[in-house]
Amino acid sequence: MSTSATTIFSPETAARFDRLVTLYPVKRSALIPMLLYAQDEIGYISDAVVVEIAQRIGISELDVRSVLSYYSMLRTKPVGKYNVQVCTNISCMLRDGYGIMEHCKKRLGIGHKEVTSDGLFSLEEVECIGACCWAPAVQINYDFYDDLTTEKMDQILDDYKAGRGKETV
Amino acid sequence: MPRLVFHPEEVKIISRRFGQGAADIDKYIALDGYKAVQTAIEKGVDWIIAEMKASGLRGRGGAGFPTGMKWSFVPKQSERPKYVLVNGDESEPGTCKDHVIFLHDPHAVIEGTMIAGLAIGSKMGFIYLRGEYRYLLKIMEKAVADAYAKGFLGKNIFGSGIDFDIVTQTGAGAYEVGEESALMESLEGKRGVPRIKPPFPAVVGLYGGPTVINNAETIASVPHILLMGGEAYAKVGSERNGGTRLFGISGHVVNPGVYELPMGYNLKKAIYEVGGGISNGRKLKAVVPGGSSTPVLTADEIDVGLDFDQMGKAGTMLGSGGIVVIDDQTCMVEFALRTIKFYQHESCGWCIPCREGTDWLKKTIGRVHAGGGVAKDLDNIRYLAENMLGRTFCPLGDAAAMPTIGFIKKFRHEFEDHLNGKPCPYAHAEEPALV
Amino acid sequence: MADVTFTVDGKKLTAPAGTLLIDACKNAGIEIPAFCYYPNLSLQAACRMCVVRIEKMPKLQTACTTPVAEGMVVQSETDEIKQARKATIELLLGNHPLDCPVCDAGGECELQDMTFKYGAAESKYIEIKQHREEQQWSPVVYFDRPRCILCYRCVRVCGEGMDVWALGVENRGVSSVIAPNGQDHLNCEECGMCIDLCPVGALTSGTYRYKTRPWEMNHVATICTHCGDGCKTTLGVRSVNDGVEIIRGDNRDKSGINGDFLCNKGRYGFDFANRTDRLTKPLVRQADGKFAEVSWDKALDFAAKKLREIREAKGGQAIGVIGSNRTTNEENYLLQKFARTILGTNNIDHHRTADYVSFASALNGKSGRTAGLRDTTSAPAILLLGNNPTDQHPALAWNLRSNVRLNRSRLYVANHAEIKLRRQAKSFLQIPQDGYASLIQYLGGNDGAIAADDNTTAFRDAIRKEESLLIVFGSEYRGRDIQALVEFGLSLPNTKFAALGDYANSRGAADMGLLPDLLPGYVPVNDAAHFVDEYGATLPTTAGLDLLQMFDAARNGDLAALYVVGSNPVSRYGVDPSALKNTFLVVQDMFLTETAQLADVVFPAANLYEKAGTVTNTYGDIQLVKKAADKAGVRTDFELIVRLADRMGADPKKLVPFGRGSFADMGQTRGAQSGEADRHAVWLAANHLEPKLSPFDPFATLDEIQRLVPSYHVSRLELLTGSEQPEKFDLVQIQPAASRRDLVLPAEDTLFTSGTLGRYSGMLKDIVESHTTPNPAETAAD
Repeated sequence: MSTSATTIFSPETAARFDRLVTLYPVKRSALIPMLLYAQDEIGYISDAVVVEIAQRIGISELDVRSVLSYYSMLRTKPVGKYNVQVCTNISCMLRDGYGIMEHCKKRLGIGHKEVTSDGLFSLEEVECIGACCWAPAVQINYDFYDDLTTEKMDQILDDYKAGRGKETV
Repeated sequence: MPRLVFHPEEVKIISRRFGQGAADIDKYIALDGYKAVQTAIEKGVDWIIAEMKASGLRGRGGAGFPTGMKWSFVPKQSERPKYVLVNGDESEPGTCKDHVIFLHDPHAVIEGTMIAGLAIGSKMGFIYLRGEYRYLLKIMEKAVADAYAKGFLGKNIFGSGIDFDIVTQTGAGAYEVGEESALMESLEGKRGVPRIKPPFPAVVGLYGGPTVINNAETIASVPHILLMGGEAYAKVGSERNGGTRLFGISGHVVNPGVYELPMGYNLKKAIYEVGGGISNGRKLKAVVPGGSSTPVLTADEIDVGLDFDQMGKAGTMLGSGGIVVIDDQTCMVEFALRTIKFYQHESCGWCIPCREGTDWLKKTIGRVHAGGGVAKDLDNIRYLAENMLGRTFCPLGDAAAMPTIGFIKKFRHEFEDHLNGKPCPYAHAEEPALV
Repeated sequence: MADVTFTVDGKKLTAPAGTLLIDACKNAGIEIPAFCYYPNLSLQAACRMCVVRIEKMPKLQTACTTPVAEGMVVQSETDEIKQARKATIELLLGNHPLDCPVCDAGGECELQDMTFKYGAAESKYIEIKQHREEQQWSPVVYFDRPRCILCYRCVRVCGEGMDVWALGVENRGVSSVIAPNGQDHLNCEECGMCIDLCPVGALTSGTYRYKTRPWEMNHVATICTHCGDGCKTTLGVRSVNDGVEIIRGDNRDKSGINGDFLCNKGRYGFDFANRTDRLTKPLVRQADGKFAEVSWDKALDFAAKKLREIREAKGGQAIGVIGSNRTTNEENYLLQKFARTILGTNNIDHHRTADYVSFASALNGKSGRTAGLRDTTSAPAILLLGNNPTDQHPALAWNLRSNVRLNRSRLYVANHAEIKLRRQAKSFLQIPQDGYASLIQYLGGNDGAIAADDNTTAFRDAIRKEESLLIVFGSEYRGRDIQALVEFGLSLPNTKFAALGDYANSRGAADMGLLPDLLPGYVPVNDAAHFVDEYGATLPTTAGLDLLQMFDAARNGDLAALYVVGSNPVSRYGVDPSALKNTFLVVQDMFLTETAQLADVVFPAANLYEKAGTVTNTYGDIQLVKKAADKAGVRTDFELIVRLADRMGADPKKLVPFGRGSFADMGQTRGAQSGEADRHAVWLAANHLEPKLSPFDPFATLDEIQRLVPSYHVSRLELLTGSEQPEKFDLVQIQPAASRRDLVLPAEDTLFTSGTLGRYSGMLKDIVESHTTPNPAETAAD
């Protein structure tokens, strides 16, 4: 499928998908990157995303669901605009990762895998994010924040609330 | 941005360009970049393999398989295309070394990939980063694009008549994909479930072609080895453990960070000198020496050299080089729980012992930590872990079982302290959420 | 591959190199347990039950992924291994609901068996089990998630075996779950293979679930009544007030011609037998035009009297007979004998779904040229012309897929439609609907016969290069086209043929002479000498009316009586009911079909699952049909024919040669006491002896068939033990007829229809309804 009028994606993303399927010896290799970029744009993997990606790659929707449900970063429900992912794995735990998690819960008024009523933030306790030596660490969407304290965390959340947060995609 | 650390005990080989802006291709070239690959082209395949074998480099992902030997297993002739696959799916808790490589020296990964490609006769390499490393993917993507722009990648690299392409991508959140055959599945757009071996990747790998798969740190070491010579590299390390390694020291130390130390460096020194000792003036209780899957060492057991063989003798493993330091105010039951919770979350679910075993361990240890344990639980934890060990489809089951056995063996008294409704003696302000 | 020698538990074994250890052990009688391993499906090594100790290996190894090697030394059941298996079962049982007392699989459950064997009885956990509600995925497939042990057999058989790919795995780790392609339902072929292979009670069948316990049923293996493939289905039956009802159909021991396969009709399409609207009393039309239930005596007397009167008044040529594609060979044979010797007519026919006559005449006695169904599992190259086996011959489709997948057989498909089997084809040629004859000309070398291009050339070249080819053709080929097709095939070095027709015994109907011009064994009616000898009666020697001519005759007032056995021509051929208003119509059927509604007398008949005898599938495999069920009030067609003959004044002994040529043991050899008749019958059956003391014994007729029809000279012993016996088609020697009228009307059943019979299956109806609004995914999945 080329960038057709029927796509649910932006022209940029559709063009990226057109290119992605040509990069690999088999089209299907593009599946996981496509799902991630689709999620970045739509916010989650909706049924429509599944349908279009299945068509683009030429596999069944069941195949797409089977794959997407395997990977923990892919989700089938919307999250907040800023998804706060607090690592509590061992290195972070030893440096008060749970404290950061609890602090975020209180500060945002939501629990694990919940979304604030304004849709701005969601919170998630996650497994190791590869920032062990700079623990405790948090990822907000794709951006890392490390050597955290509750005070730093407040500042970061304030920045996002004020629209000053980093937004790597 | 991860903070860079320095210590005089370090031997800077792989990290020598860190902090010098080597992500910029011109800066990288100025720092001897892309010289090794040109030498490799000039001197040929046999020379590359010989140097790699001489270097004593062993896989930095954790298994420690000699890299030169791995490359030499790839058949020279193959009907199907051969591939180089760089495993940057760094996911073992306690490990963040590849993170700094991608950040500070992305071209070293590219150059290493090219050399591996030359060595096995491959025309295509894939660099697979974990899904959380999106910002590092962007750095890698730029580095690859810059290398193409310079003509280093693509057709006829460095006038050799050889073509080489590199594709970069990330995963989407799955520790299991760090297992080499699961990584291939993932790269083929499938669930990250490992493959039956044999056949091994060197014979039937990605897209059915012979494939060399190496950890990102292993690959990034390659250009340095060729520049300095395999023998010289080998001499830096200990016996049968060539060179240096990036050790991530985390947890309760004064100066956590990623340090490059020679293989065989003493663990106690790494903690007390390089890491600056235990933070907050506390005492050492235990060390998980090589990422969360390696069996714990008690404070008395850490006078040991950091290489594959010495750690093996000490009853643990060098693993991924992630040294997690635990002070005396830590509840080992909670630590064991957090460890098994991870493996339960990451088990791919393919085989019964791992899928069910990690879940029952998590449930049982969780209940013990919460004060609901009964006496038979402690034996049962050990029974469960021992019956997973060596019985699972892939090493993830062992990765969950080994540390658990270590915790229950060496810290059984702490588990006992939780039985019969007793609260955690090290109670934290907030109980860990069991998810 | 060369053999290697290895040792298991101290026993020296030999097997071809490359054999999987688990299979090599099984062949040597050493059972290695496994949940995920299933022969001929891809390897998983997921359940870890088949672990064994192999010398020089550091860890236990999975026998399902280890090929045997020279000098390998294996221990298959040490304490260490037992403990490993026990621990695995304990883990499974941790969350497995122990609802075995109500679970469908209870008593037939591999997890139960393994738990029993390894004694994993201790409850190690005190956590609450995770309950999930059962889900209905289709009319026939239910999923009980907590029972699932994730062996992935269902996923593989659906994908690899069926090429449907309707099942997958979703989520990860302990949350992993088998998921259907429609998210909460299945879009699939409803074959039930997933249920069949499920080692536990996670997948259960809509027709059987919660009906009974396996040990409360008797299990009778017989032949499916639906399509022409002739699969073995094992019917689970149970006594009820009005007979014996069928509770389950399944492929219980996989011992049939169908191997591992059974389609949804073979599994679920038995429920017509249990319907409450079945006819159980004879009906006779009264003066007021309405049916009245009458006694058997009255009905038989009435029908016999009328038939005799008509025969005597107008001669046999005024009477027609239409037989069935679902009755046994013995019944079909008997019907033609009845027609020819008692009614005195050659006006006999049946709904023809393939031109077996032209096939026989084209082969004209050549030996080794026909293929049984099993041959389709191993033929190195197969050319499939016409038909859509996925719908019309599901077992053939399974075999073709398996043969391609497992043996790399080369499948060539030419069809006017994009049939699903093109996905397995090495080469697929789409031709015009009327292009089948031209295709043969083209394959034979006539370049101009079709619009040739590179694809057609490659197709032809590949076929002509094959050293051994099996040509399977549909009813698109008839008459001279079959002749041409066979001629082309015989021009290749080593070709076999199979003709595809519909229904359980359409081949048998043709073989047994339900034709106006041919006697059993395709003997022309004007060449009936040894039939005359055997029957001790004269036979009409001119060809009778075919099926369409009979209705024409009826319309013209020239057919005074019509006797229809197990057929519904009124519906199938769209006969105007007024055509039969002056014809005395006798119908034998299970239901008041469109044809039966017009009848003067209707006899309630038993179906194929309620009788014994033999049937011949479309490939010429002759198989034993066993009586599984029973319904008070119905009679077999065999009995009805005999009774009619008797009431017409004929000698039943001449019709059914019972007591002749048999070796019945009345119990003398073991001093039987009176009153032991039932047990004695059991003993006789066990020893493959047949009493043949009754005029209703079909095997007495089989004796006669075997005397008169050389192609049915097959081993009775093998037949009675349940093996299929290939018809000796080379012994059919007929000259090509100058020209025969083409009366082939393919049934064109889908996977979920089965002629008139299928309409009486509630389950098939449910399936059809659930499939009537296909969603886009289904369309995409073909």
